[in-house]
Amino acid sequence: MLSNLFSASVLVTALELGFLYALVALALYISFTLLNIADLSTDGCFTLGCAVGAIVASAGHPFLALFAAMAAGVCSGFITAFLQTRLGVQSILAGIIVNTGLYTINFMVMGNSSKVNVFGNETIFSLAKGVSEAGWYRLTYKLILAAVITILMCVILHWFLNTTLGLSIRATGDNEHMVRASSINPSFTITVGLCVSGSLTALSGGLLAQYQKSCDINFGTGQVTIALASLMIGETLVRRGSVLVRTLGVVLGSLLYRVIVAVALRFHLPAEALKLTSAIIVTIAIAAPYVKERMDFYRRRRAASAGKGADKNA
Amino acid sequence: MLKIEGISKTFHPGTVNEKTALKDLSLHLKEGDFATIVGSNGAGKSTLFNAITGAFIVDEGQIFLDGEDITFKREHLRSVDIGHLFQDPLMGTAPHMSIEENMALAYLRAHGKKRAMFSRITKEEKKLFREQLSRLDMGLEDRMKNPVGLLSGGQRQALTLLMATMVTPKILLLDEHTAALDPATAEKVLELTKQIVKERKITCLMVTHNMHQALELGNRTLMMDSGRIILDISGEEREHLTVDDLLMQFKEHVGEGLDNDRILLSK
Repeated sequence: MLSNLFSASVLVTALELGFLYALVALALYISFTLLNIADLSTDGCFTLGCAVGAIVASAGHPFLALFAAMAAGVCSGFITAFLQTRLGVQSILAGIIVNTGLYTINFMVMGNSSKVNVFGNETIFSLAKGVSEAGWYRLTYKLILAAVITILMCVILHWFLNTTLGLSIRATGDNEHMVRASSINPSFTITVGLCVSGSLTALSGGLLAQYQKSCDINFGTGQVTIALASLMIGETLVRRGSVLVRTLGVVLGSLLYRVIVAVALRFHLPAEALKLTSAIIVTIAIAAPYVKERMDFYRRRRAASAGKGADKNA
Repeated sequence: MLKIEGISKTFHPGTVNEKTALKDLSLHLKEGDFATIVGSNGAGKSTLFNAITGAFIVDEGQIFLDGEDITFKREHLRSVDIGHLFQDPLMGTAPHMSIEENMALAYLRAHGKKRAMFSRITKEEKKLFREQLSRLDMGLEDRMKNPVGLLSGGQRQALTLLMATMVTPKILLLDEHTAALDPATAEKVLELTKQIVKERKITCLMVTHNMHQALELGNRTLMMDSGRIILDISGEEREHLTVDDLLMQFKEHVGEGLDNDRILLSK
Protein backbone atom coordinates (compact mmCIF):
# COMPACT_ATOMS: atom_id res chain seq x y z
CA MET A 1 0.00 0.00 0.00
CA LEU A 2 2.65 2.43 1.10
CA SER A 3 4.96 1.35 -1.69
CA ASN A 4 2.16 2.06 -4.17
CA LEU A 5 1.69 5.47 -2.69
CA PHE A 6 5.35 6.22 -2.50
CA SER A 7 7.65 4.59 -4.99
CA ALA A 8 11.42 4.79 -4.69
CA SER A 9 11.75 7.13 -7.62
CA VAL A 10 9.28 9.58 -6.12
CA LEU A 11 11.25 9.59 -2.90
CA VAL A 12 14.54 10.08 -4.75
CA THR A 13 13.12 13.02 -6.70
CA ALA A 14 11.80 14.58 -3.51
CA LEU A 15 15.19 14.25 -1.85
CA GLU A 16 16.97 15.69 -4.90
CA LEU A 17 14.75 18.76 -4.80
CA GLY A 18 15.18 18.86 -1.03
CA PHE A 19 18.96 19.13 -1.32
CA LEU A 20 18.89 21.64 -4.19
CA TYR A 21 16.34 23.96 -2.56
CA ALA A 22 18.06 23.58 0.82
CA LEU A 23 20.58 26.17 -0.36
CA VAL A 24 17.84 28.82 -0.32
CA ALA A 25 16.92 27.77 3.21
CA LEU A 26 20.61 28.08 4.17
CA ALA A 27 20.61 31.58 2.65
CA LEU A 28 17.66 32.48 4.86
CA TYR A 29 19.46 30.91 7.83
CA ILE A 30 22.10 33.60 7.35
CA SER A 31 19.80 36.55 6.63
CA PHE A 32 16.76 35.67 8.74
CA THR A 33 18.16 33.67 11.67
CA LEU A 34 21.68 35.05 12.05
CA LEU A 35 21.40 38.63 10.79
CA ASN A 36 17.78 39.00 11.93
CA ILE A 37 16.86 40.63 8.61
CA ALA A 38 13.73 39.71 6.65
CA ASP A 39 15.31 39.69 3.19
CA LEU A 40 12.47 39.47 0.68
CA SER A 41 14.70 39.68 -2.40
CA THR A 42 14.95 35.86 -2.32
CA ASP A 43 12.41 35.21 -5.11
CA GLY A 44 14.08 37.55 -7.58
CA CYS A 45 17.57 36.48 -6.56
CA PHE A 46 16.66 32.83 -7.10
CA THR A 47 15.35 33.53 -10.59
CA LEU A 48 18.44 35.64 -11.30
CA GLY A 49 20.68 32.71 -10.43
CA CYS A 50 18.51 30.45 -12.53
CA ALA A 51 18.55 32.82 -15.52
CA VAL A 52 22.30 33.44 -15.39
CA GLY A 53 22.93 29.74 -14.83
CA ALA A 54 20.71 28.75 -17.75
CA ILE A 55 22.27 31.26 -20.16
CA VAL A 56 25.87 30.31 -19.32
CA ALA A 57 25.06 26.58 -19.30
CA SER A 58 23.37 26.84 -22.69
CA ALA A 59 26.58 28.45 -23.94
CA GLY A 60 28.29 25.18 -23.03
CA HIS A 61 29.86 25.98 -19.65
CA PRO A 62 27.98 24.03 -16.97
CA PHE A 63 30.56 24.61 -14.20
CA LEU A 64 31.18 28.24 -15.01
CA ALA A 65 27.38 28.64 -14.94
CA LEU A 66 27.31 27.85 -11.21
CA PHE A 67 30.00 30.39 -10.39
CA ALA A 68 28.35 32.97 -12.62
CA ALA A 69 25.04 32.39 -10.83
CA MET A 70 26.75 32.84 -7.46
CA ALA A 71 28.45 36.03 -8.62
CA ALA A 72 25.08 37.37 -9.76
CA GLY A 73 23.66 36.48 -6.34
CA VAL A 74 26.47 38.38 -4.62
CA CYS A 75 25.58 41.47 -6.69
CA SER A 76 21.92 41.14 -5.76
CA GLY A 77 22.78 40.75 -2.07
CA PHE A 78 25.15 43.68 -2.25
CA ILE A 79 22.47 45.99 -3.65
CA THR A 80 19.96 44.91 -0.98
CA ALA A 81 22.59 45.60 1.68
CA PHE A 82 23.59 48.90 0.07
CA LEU A 83 19.99 50.15 0.22
CA GLN A 84 19.79 49.24 3.92
CA THR A 85 23.17 50.32 5.19
CA ARG A 86 24.03 53.32 3.01
CA LEU A 87 20.68 54.74 1.93
CA GLY A 88 18.66 54.05 5.09
CA VAL A 89 15.96 51.96 3.40
CA GLN A 90 14.19 49.64 5.85
CA SER A 91 15.33 46.06 5.42
CA ILE A 92 11.96 44.64 4.34
CA LEU A 93 11.48 47.46 1.83
CA ALA A 94 15.01 47.04 0.49
CA GLY A 95 14.27 43.39 -0.25
CA ILE A 96 10.97 44.19 -1.95
CA ILE A 97 12.54 46.94 -4.06
CA VAL A 98 15.38 44.68 -5.21
CA ASN A 99 12.95 41.85 -5.85
CA THR A 100 10.80 44.09 -8.06
CA GLY A 101 13.78 45.47 -9.95
CA LEU A 102 15.21 42.01 -10.51
CA TYR A 103 12.14 40.97 -12.51
CA THR A 104 13.21 43.29 -15.31
CA ILE A 105 16.88 42.36 -14.92
CA ASN A 106 16.02 38.66 -15.12
CA PHE A 107 13.97 39.27 -18.24
CA MET A 108 16.93 41.02 -19.81
CA VAL A 109 19.37 38.30 -18.73
CA MET A 110 17.21 35.74 -20.48
CA GLY A 111 17.46 37.73 -23.70
CA ASN A 112 14.11 39.53 -23.37
CA SER A 113 12.32 36.24 -23.16
CA SER A 114 10.37 34.71 -20.31
CA LYS A 115 11.79 31.22 -20.85
CA VAL A 116 15.23 29.78 -21.60
CA ASN A 117 16.01 26.14 -22.40
CA VAL A 118 19.26 24.30 -21.70
CA PHE A 119 18.30 21.29 -23.85
CA GLY A 120 21.01 19.76 -25.95
CA ASN A 121 23.81 21.08 -23.75
CA GLU A 122 25.87 19.31 -21.15
CA THR A 123 24.81 19.98 -17.57
CA ILE A 124 26.65 19.00 -14.41
CA PHE A 125 23.99 16.32 -14.03
CA SER A 126 24.51 14.87 -17.51
CA LEU A 127 28.27 14.90 -16.86
CA ALA A 128 27.78 13.08 -13.54
CA LYS A 129 25.56 10.52 -15.23
CA GLY A 130 28.44 9.35 -17.42
CA VAL A 131 30.63 8.38 -14.46
CA SER A 132 29.22 4.89 -13.97
CA GLU A 133 26.80 2.50 -15.65
CA ALA A 134 25.68 0.71 -12.50
CA GLY A 135 21.95 0.42 -12.01
CA TRP A 136 21.82 1.95 -8.54
CA TYR A 137 23.97 4.83 -9.74
CA ARG A 138 21.61 5.50 -12.65
CA LEU A 139 18.82 5.95 -10.13
CA THR A 140 20.71 8.08 -7.64
CA TYR A 141 23.40 10.08 -9.45
CA LYS A 142 21.42 13.32 -9.30
CA LEU A 143 20.72 12.80 -5.63
CA ILE A 144 24.41 12.12 -4.90
CA LEU A 145 25.50 15.23 -6.77
CA ALA A 146 22.90 17.44 -5.11
CA ALA A 147 23.74 16.06 -1.67
CA VAL A 148 27.48 16.53 -2.16
CA ILE A 149 27.11 20.15 -3.27
CA THR A 150 24.71 21.08 -0.46
CA ILE A 151 26.67 19.34 2.29
CA LEU A 152 29.85 20.90 0.96
CA MET A 153 28.17 24.30 1.34
CA CYS A 154 27.25 23.43 4.94
CA VAL A 155 30.88 22.60 5.69
CA ILE A 156 32.07 25.82 4.06
CA LEU A 157 29.49 27.81 6.04
CA HIS A 158 30.62 26.10 9.24
CA TRP A 159 34.18 27.15 8.52
CA PHE A 160 33.22 30.67 7.46
CA LEU A 161 30.88 31.42 10.35
CA ASN A 162 33.57 30.50 12.86
CA THR A 163 36.17 32.85 11.44
CA THR A 164 36.60 36.33 12.87
CA LEU A 165 34.41 37.77 10.12
CA GLY A 166 31.81 35.04 10.58
CA LEU A 167 31.62 35.65 14.33
CA SER A 168 31.14 39.35 13.65
CA ILE A 169 28.29 38.59 11.25
CA ARG A 170 26.60 36.33 13.79
CA ALA A 171 26.95 38.92 16.53
CA THR A 172 25.46 41.66 14.33
CA GLY A 173 22.06 39.98 14.31
CA ASP A 174 22.36 38.92 17.94
CA ASN A 175 23.27 42.23 19.57
CA GLU A 176 24.11 45.23 17.46
CA HIS A 177 25.05 47.35 20.49
CA MET A 178 27.72 44.89 21.43
CA VAL A 179 29.03 44.70 17.88
CA ARG A 180 29.60 48.44 17.65
CA ALA A 181 31.29 48.38 21.05
CA SER A 182 33.64 45.68 19.70
CA SER A 183 34.94 47.93 16.92
CA ILE A 184 33.02 46.04 14.22
CA ASN A 185 31.21 47.99 11.54
CA PRO A 186 27.66 46.58 11.35
CA SER A 187 27.16 48.01 7.85
CA PHE A 188 30.08 45.92 6.67
CA THR A 189 28.98 42.70 8.35
CA ILE A 190 25.40 43.09 7.06
CA THR A 191 26.76 43.62 3.54
CA VAL A 192 28.99 40.55 3.65
CA GLY A 193 26.21 38.47 5.20
CA LEU A 194 23.68 39.41 2.55
CA CYS A 195 26.21 38.81 -0.24
CA VAL A 196 26.86 35.28 1.06
CA SER A 197 23.14 34.73 1.47
CA GLY A 198 22.47 35.99 -2.07
CA SER A 199 25.16 33.76 -3.55
CA LEU A 200 23.58 30.67 -1.95
CA THR A 201 20.11 31.58 -3.20
CA ALA A 202 21.40 32.17 -6.72
CA LEU A 203 23.46 28.97 -6.64
CA SER A 204 20.28 27.07 -5.87
CA GLY A 205 18.62 28.77 -8.87
CA GLY A 206 21.63 27.98 -11.07
CA LEU A 207 21.55 24.32 -10.07
CA LEU A 208 17.80 24.10 -10.68
CA ALA A 209 18.29 25.58 -14.15
CA GLN A 210 20.54 22.64 -15.02
CA TYR A 211 18.45 20.12 -13.11
CA GLN A 212 15.29 20.84 -15.05
CA LYS A 213 17.11 22.17 -18.13
CA SER A 214 15.09 25.34 -18.31
CA CYS A 215 14.42 28.63 -16.63
CA ASP A 216 11.16 30.51 -16.38
CA ILE A 217 10.73 34.13 -15.33
CA ASN A 218 8.22 33.12 -12.65
CA PHE A 219 10.29 30.24 -11.35
CA GLY A 220 11.26 32.06 -8.17
CA THR A 221 7.78 33.13 -7.11
CA GLY A 222 7.00 31.93 -3.60
CA GLN A 223 10.52 30.60 -3.09
CA VAL A 224 10.95 32.67 0.08
CA THR A 225 7.93 31.00 1.69
CA ILE A 226 9.13 27.50 0.79
CA ALA A 227 12.61 28.26 2.11
CA LEU A 228 11.13 29.69 5.30
CA ALA A 229 9.08 26.54 5.74
CA SER A 230 12.22 24.42 5.40
CA LEU A 231 14.13 26.70 7.76
CA MET A 232 11.39 26.59 10.38
CA ILE A 233 11.08 22.80 10.19
CA GLY A 234 14.87 22.51 10.43
CA GLU A 235 15.10 24.86 13.41
CA THR A 236 12.33 23.01 15.20
CA LEU A 237 14.20 19.74 14.69
CA VAL A 238 17.66 21.03 15.61
CA ARG A 239 17.59 23.80 18.18
CA ARG A 240 21.15 23.82 19.44
CA GLY A 241 24.62 22.83 18.41
CA SER A 242 27.45 24.04 16.24
CA VAL A 243 26.91 25.86 12.97
CA LEU A 244 27.47 22.61 11.08
CA VAL A 245 24.83 20.77 13.08
CA ARG A 246 22.36 23.60 12.67
CA THR A 247 22.93 24.00 8.93
CA LEU A 248 22.51 20.24 8.49
CA GLY A 249 19.28 20.63 10.46
CA VAL A 250 18.14 23.23 7.93
CA VAL A 251 18.96 20.80 5.09
CA LEU A 252 16.99 18.13 6.91
CA GLY A 253 14.08 20.56 7.15
CA SER A 254 14.22 21.12 3.40
CA LEU A 255 14.29 17.36 2.74
CA LEU A 256 11.33 16.83 5.04
CA TYR A 257 9.40 19.63 3.40
CA ARG A 258 9.90 18.06 -0.04
CA VAL A 259 8.80 14.66 1.23
CA ILE A 260 5.66 16.24 2.71
CA VAL A 261 4.95 17.92 -0.62
CA ALA A 262 5.56 14.64 -2.49
CA VAL A 263 3.04 12.91 -0.23
CA ALA A 264 0.57 15.73 -0.80
CA LEU A 265 0.98 15.34 -4.57
CA ARG A 266 0.35 11.61 -4.24
CA PHE A 267 -3.08 12.45 -2.92
CA HIS A 268 -3.73 13.90 -6.37
CA LEU A 269 -3.49 17.49 -5.31
CA PRO A 270 -3.17 19.67 -8.40
CA ALA A 271 0.23 21.32 -8.85
CA GLU A 272 -1.32 24.75 -8.28
CA ALA A 273 -2.17 23.69 -4.73
CA LEU A 274 1.54 23.53 -3.88
CA LYS A 275 1.87 27.18 -2.89
CA LEU A 276 -1.10 26.97 -0.55
CA THR A 277 0.35 23.77 0.91
CA SER A 278 3.67 25.46 1.60
CA ALA A 279 1.92 28.48 3.12
CA ILE A 280 0.05 26.15 5.47
CA ILE A 281 3.22 24.23 6.35
CA VAL A 282 5.03 27.47 7.21
CA THR A 283 2.14 28.57 9.40
CA ILE A 284 2.07 25.26 11.24
CA ALA A 285 5.84 25.19 11.72
CA ILE A 286 5.92 28.72 13.13
CA ALA A 287 2.70 28.59 15.14
CA ALA A 288 3.17 25.13 16.67
CA PRO A 289 5.39 26.16 19.64
CA TYR A 290 3.12 29.12 20.46
CA VAL A 291 -0.08 27.10 20.23
CA LYS A 292 1.45 24.39 22.38
CA GLU A 293 2.26 26.93 25.06
CA ARG A 294 -1.30 28.28 25.01
CA MET A 295 -2.66 24.76 25.25
CA ASP A 296 -0.51 24.11 28.31
CA PHE A 297 -1.85 27.28 29.88
CA TYR A 298 -5.49 26.32 29.27
CA ARG A 299 -4.87 22.78 30.53
CA ARG A 300 -3.31 24.05 33.75
CA ARG A 301 -6.04 26.61 34.26
CA ARG A 302 -8.73 23.98 33.78
CA ALA A 303 -6.94 21.62 36.15
CA ALA A 304 -6.65 24.40 38.73
CA SER A 305 -10.32 25.37 38.55
CA ALA A 306 -11.33 21.70 38.67
CA GLY A 307 -9.22 21.37 41.83
CA LYS A 308 -11.02 24.35 43.38
CA GLY A 309 -14.43 22.89 42.52
CA ALA A 310 -13.49 19.67 44.26
CA ASP A 311 -12.47 21.63 47.39
CA LYS A 312 -15.85 23.34 47.55
CA ASN A 313 -17.70 20.07 47.31
CA ALA A 314 -15.62 18.67 50.13
CA MET B 1 43.19 61.84 28.36
CA LEU B 2 39.67 63.01 27.55
CA LYS B 3 39.11 66.64 26.63
CA ILE B 4 35.62 67.87 25.84
CA GLU B 5 35.35 71.45 24.62
CA GLY B 6 31.95 73.13 24.71
CA ILE B 7 29.80 70.41 23.19
CA SER B 8 26.08 70.92 22.60
CA LYS B 9 23.41 68.60 21.32
CA THR B 10 19.77 69.30 20.57
CA PHE B 11 17.49 66.42 19.65
CA HIS B 12 14.58 66.93 17.23
CA PRO B 13 15.40 70.61 16.59
CA GLY B 14 12.52 72.73 15.33
CA THR B 15 9.80 70.34 16.51
CA VAL B 16 7.60 70.23 19.58
CA ASN B 17 9.86 67.48 20.90
CA GLU B 18 12.93 69.69 20.75
CA LYS B 19 15.22 68.86 23.65
CA THR B 20 18.58 70.33 24.39
CA ALA B 21 20.40 67.43 26.02
CA LEU B 22 23.89 68.93 26.25
CA LYS B 23 24.57 72.65 26.64
CA ASP B 24 28.06 73.98 26.03
CA LEU B 25 29.56 71.24 28.17
CA SER B 26 33.29 71.10 28.78
CA LEU B 27 35.21 68.48 30.70
CA HIS B 28 38.85 67.63 31.05
CA LEU B 29 39.87 64.24 32.45
CA LYS B 30 43.53 63.59 33.21
CA GLU B 31 45.07 60.21 32.62
CA GLY B 32 44.06 57.85 35.43
CA ASP B 33 41.21 60.08 36.59
CA PHE B 34 38.20 58.21 37.95
CA ALA B 35 35.21 60.55 38.04
CA THR B 36 31.72 59.71 39.25
CA ILE B 37 28.72 61.55 37.81
CA VAL B 38 25.45 62.21 39.61
CA GLY B 39 22.42 64.13 38.44
CA SER B 40 18.66 64.21 38.03
CA ASN B 41 16.74 62.13 35.55
CA GLY B 42 17.30 63.61 32.11
CA ALA B 43 20.29 65.68 33.19
CA GLY B 44 22.23 64.43 30.19
CA LYS B 45 24.49 61.82 31.81
CA SER B 46 23.84 59.06 29.29
CA THR B 47 23.74 61.58 26.45
CA LEU B 48 27.24 62.69 27.44
CA PHE B 49 28.40 59.07 27.22
CA ASN B 50 26.74 58.62 23.84
CA ALA B 51 28.46 61.78 22.60
CA ILE B 52 31.81 60.31 23.65
CA THR B 53 31.16 56.90 22.07
CA GLY B 54 29.84 58.47 18.87
CA ALA B 55 26.26 57.19 18.93
CA PHE B 56 25.53 60.66 17.49
CA ILE B 57 27.65 63.57 16.29
CA VAL B 58 27.52 66.67 18.52
CA ASP B 59 26.08 69.91 17.07
CA GLU B 60 28.89 72.06 18.41
CA GLY B 61 32.20 71.67 20.18
CA GLN B 62 35.00 69.17 19.98
CA ILE B 63 35.98 65.93 21.68
CA PHE B 64 39.59 64.82 22.06
CA LEU B 65 40.69 61.41 23.28
CA ASP B 66 44.37 60.99 24.07
CA GLY B 67 45.15 64.05 21.96
CA GLU B 68 43.23 62.81 18.94
CA ASP B 69 40.25 64.80 17.68
CA ILE B 70 37.46 62.22 17.58
CA THR B 71 34.56 64.65 17.07
CA PHE B 72 33.70 63.20 13.67
CA LYS B 73 35.21 59.74 14.05
CA ARG B 74 32.72 56.97 13.39
CA GLU B 75 31.32 54.98 16.29
CA HIS B 76 32.82 51.57 15.53
CA LEU B 77 36.26 53.13 15.03
CA ARG B 78 36.07 54.99 18.33
CA SER B 79 35.09 51.84 20.16
CA VAL B 80 38.61 50.47 19.67
CA ASP B 81 39.68 52.83 22.48
CA ILE B 82 36.48 53.07 24.51
CA GLY B 83 34.91 50.58 26.90
CA HIS B 84 31.21 51.16 27.54
CA LEU B 85 28.99 49.36 30.04
CA PHE B 86 25.25 49.93 30.19
CA GLN B 87 22.76 49.58 33.01
CA ASP B 88 21.05 46.74 31.14
CA PRO B 89 23.26 43.66 31.52
CA LEU B 90 21.79 42.23 28.31
CA MET B 91 23.21 44.99 26.15
CA GLY B 92 26.87 44.09 26.31
CA THR B 93 26.87 40.48 25.11
CA ALA B 94 25.45 38.39 22.27
CA PRO B 95 23.06 35.87 23.87
CA HIS B 96 23.12 33.15 21.21
CA MET B 97 26.88 32.99 21.01
CA SER B 98 29.14 31.20 23.44
CA ILE B 99 31.18 32.91 26.15
CA GLU B 100 34.32 32.15 24.20
CA GLU B 101 32.94 33.66 20.98
CA ASN B 102 31.80 36.78 22.80
CA MET B 103 35.24 37.25 24.28
CA ALA B 104 36.85 36.67 20.90
CA LEU B 105 34.78 39.52 19.47
CA ALA B 106 35.80 41.84 22.29
CA TYR B 107 39.41 40.78 21.80
CA LEU B 108 39.23 41.92 18.16
CA ARG B 109 40.04 45.38 19.46
CA ALA B 110 43.51 44.16 20.37
CA HIS B 111 44.34 43.66 16.73
CA GLY B 112 42.81 46.79 15.26
CA LYS B 113 42.77 46.60 11.50
CA LYS B 114 45.62 44.13 11.31
CA ARG B 115 43.68 41.01 12.19
CA ALA B 116 42.92 38.75 9.24
CA MET B 117 39.21 38.33 8.60
CA PHE B 118 39.41 34.58 8.16
CA SER B 119 41.46 33.79 11.25
CA ARG B 120 39.97 31.68 14.01
CA ILE B 121 40.14 31.70 17.79
CA THR B 122 43.61 30.41 18.66
CA LYS B 123 44.66 28.16 21.53
CA GLU B 124 46.56 31.00 23.20
CA GLU B 125 43.48 33.18 23.05
CA LYS B 126 41.36 30.46 24.62
CA LYS B 127 43.90 30.18 27.42
CA LEU B 128 43.86 33.94 27.93
CA PHE B 129 40.05 33.99 28.03
CA ARG B 130 40.05 31.15 30.55
CA GLU B 131 42.51 33.00 32.81
CA GLN B 132 40.46 36.17 32.60
CA LEU B 133 37.22 34.33 33.39
CA SER B 134 38.69 32.53 36.37
CA ARG B 135 39.31 35.83 38.15
CA LEU B 136 35.54 36.41 38.18
CA ASP B 137 35.29 33.39 40.47
CA MET B 138 31.92 32.49 38.97
CA GLY B 139 32.87 29.17 37.43
CA LEU B 140 32.47 30.61 33.94
CA GLU B 141 35.88 29.30 32.85
CA ASP B 142 34.36 25.81 32.73
CA ARG B 143 31.37 26.94 30.67
CA MET B 144 33.16 28.66 27.81
CA LYS B 145 31.16 26.80 25.16
CA ASN B 146 27.80 27.70 26.73
CA PRO B 147 25.66 30.38 25.11
CA VAL B 148 25.77 33.63 27.07
CA GLY B 149 21.96 33.73 27.13
CA LEU B 150 22.06 31.01 29.81
CA LEU B 151 23.98 33.22 32.26
CA SER B 152 22.38 35.37 34.96
CA GLY B 153 22.30 39.16 34.67
CA GLY B 154 25.16 39.52 37.13
CA GLN B 155 27.31 37.00 35.33
CA ARG B 156 26.62 38.72 32.02
CA GLN B 157 27.54 42.12 33.43
CA ALA B 158 30.75 40.75 34.93
CA LEU B 159 31.56 39.19 31.56
CA THR B 160 30.81 42.49 29.81
CA LEU B 161 33.20 44.24 32.19
CA LEU B 162 35.92 41.72 31.36
CA MET B 163 35.25 42.15 27.66
CA ALA B 164 35.34 45.95 27.88
CA THR B 165 38.68 45.92 29.68
CA MET B 166 40.38 42.85 28.19
CA VAL B 167 42.14 45.20 25.83
CA THR B 168 42.87 48.17 28.10
CA PRO B 169 40.65 51.01 26.83
CA LYS B 170 41.78 54.64 26.87
CA ILE B 171 38.58 55.45 28.68
CA LEU B 172 35.99 53.30 30.42
CA LEU B 173 32.40 54.56 30.55
CA LEU B 174 30.20 52.97 33.21
CA ASP B 175 26.54 53.91 32.91
CA GLU B 176 24.99 52.74 36.21
CA HIS B 177 26.35 49.33 35.36
CA THR B 178 25.45 47.79 38.72
CA ALA B 179 22.01 49.36 39.10
CA ALA B 180 20.04 46.44 37.66
CA LEU B 181 21.81 43.78 39.72
CA ASP B 182 20.91 42.34 43.11
CA PRO B 183 22.89 43.90 46.01
CA ALA B 184 25.35 41.03 46.46
CA THR B 185 26.13 40.74 42.75
CA ALA B 186 26.28 44.52 42.39
CA GLU B 187 28.86 44.59 45.17
CA LYS B 188 30.91 41.92 43.45
CA VAL B 189 30.84 43.61 40.05
CA LEU B 190 31.71 46.92 41.65
CA GLU B 191 34.63 45.37 43.53
CA LEU B 192 35.88 43.88 40.28
CA THR B 193 35.50 47.24 38.55
CA LYS B 194 37.60 48.95 41.23
CA GLN B 195 40.26 46.25 40.99
CA ILE B 196 40.59 46.37 37.22
CA VAL B 197 40.50 50.16 36.99
CA LYS B 198 43.16 50.46 39.70
CA GLU B 199 45.36 47.70 38.31
CA ARG B 200 45.47 49.08 34.80
CA LYS B 201 45.13 52.76 35.75
CA ILE B 202 42.18 53.17 33.37
CA THR B 203 40.68 56.62 32.99
CA CYS B 204 37.09 56.15 33.99
CA LEU B 205 33.74 57.95 34.03
CA MET B 206 30.96 56.39 36.08
CA VAL B 207 27.33 57.39 36.34
CA THR B 208 25.81 56.38 39.65
CA HIS B 209 22.66 57.11 41.60
CA ASN B 210 24.25 56.07 44.84
CA MET B 211 25.50 59.22 46.58
CA HIS B 212 27.86 57.31 48.86
CA GLN B 213 29.43 55.66 45.84
CA ALA B 214 29.65 59.03 44.13
CA LEU B 215 31.84 60.34 46.93
CA GLU B 216 33.80 57.20 47.82
CA LEU B 217 34.76 55.89 44.42
CA GLY B 218 37.43 57.51 42.32
CA ASN B 219 39.03 60.91 42.77
CA ARG B 220 36.46 63.30 41.30
CA THR B 221 32.72 63.87 41.55
CA LEU B 222 30.77 65.65 38.84
CA MET B 223 27.19 66.79 39.12
CA MET B 224 25.09 67.36 36.04
CA ASP B 225 21.88 69.26 35.42
CA SER B 226 20.10 70.27 32.22
CA GLY B 227 22.96 69.21 30.00
CA ARG B 228 25.68 71.00 31.94
CA ILE B 229 28.21 70.10 34.61
CA ILE B 230 27.21 72.25 37.57
CA LEU B 231 29.65 70.90 40.10
CA ASP B 232 33.14 69.45 39.83
CA ILE B 233 34.69 68.47 43.13
CA SER B 234 38.02 66.80 43.74
CA GLY B 235 40.93 66.69 46.14
CA GLU B 236 40.61 67.78 49.73
CA GLU B 237 37.25 69.45 49.27
CA ARG B 238 35.82 66.11 48.17
CA GLU B 239 37.28 64.20 51.08
CA HIS B 240 35.37 66.24 53.62
CA LEU B 241 32.11 66.24 51.70
CA THR B 242 29.14 64.29 53.04
CA VAL B 243 26.11 63.08 51.14
CA ASP B 244 24.01 65.79 52.76
CA ASP B 245 26.50 68.45 51.68
CA LEU B 246 26.28 67.14 48.16
CA LEU B 247 22.48 67.28 48.14
CA MET B 248 22.61 70.77 49.60
CA GLN B 249 25.06 71.88 46.94
CA PHE B 250 22.72 70.59 44.30
CA LYS B 251 19.80 72.55 45.72
CA GLU B 252 21.89 75.71 45.79
CA HIS B 253 22.96 75.37 42.16
CA VAL B 254 19.68 74.27 40.66
CA GLY B 255 17.23 75.94 42.99
CA GLU B 256 15.36 72.73 43.65
CA GLY B 257 15.92 69.33 45.20
CA LEU B 258 17.55 66.49 43.34
CA ASP B 259 14.78 64.98 41.23
CA ASN B 260 15.79 61.36 41.14
CA ASP B 261 13.72 58.93 43.13
CA ARG B 262 16.44 56.32 43.11
CA ILE B 263 18.91 58.75 44.62
CA LEU B 264 16.48 59.55 47.40
CA LEU B 265 15.90 55.87 48.05
CA SER B 266 19.55 55.01 48.13
CA LYS B 267 20.45 57.95 50.32
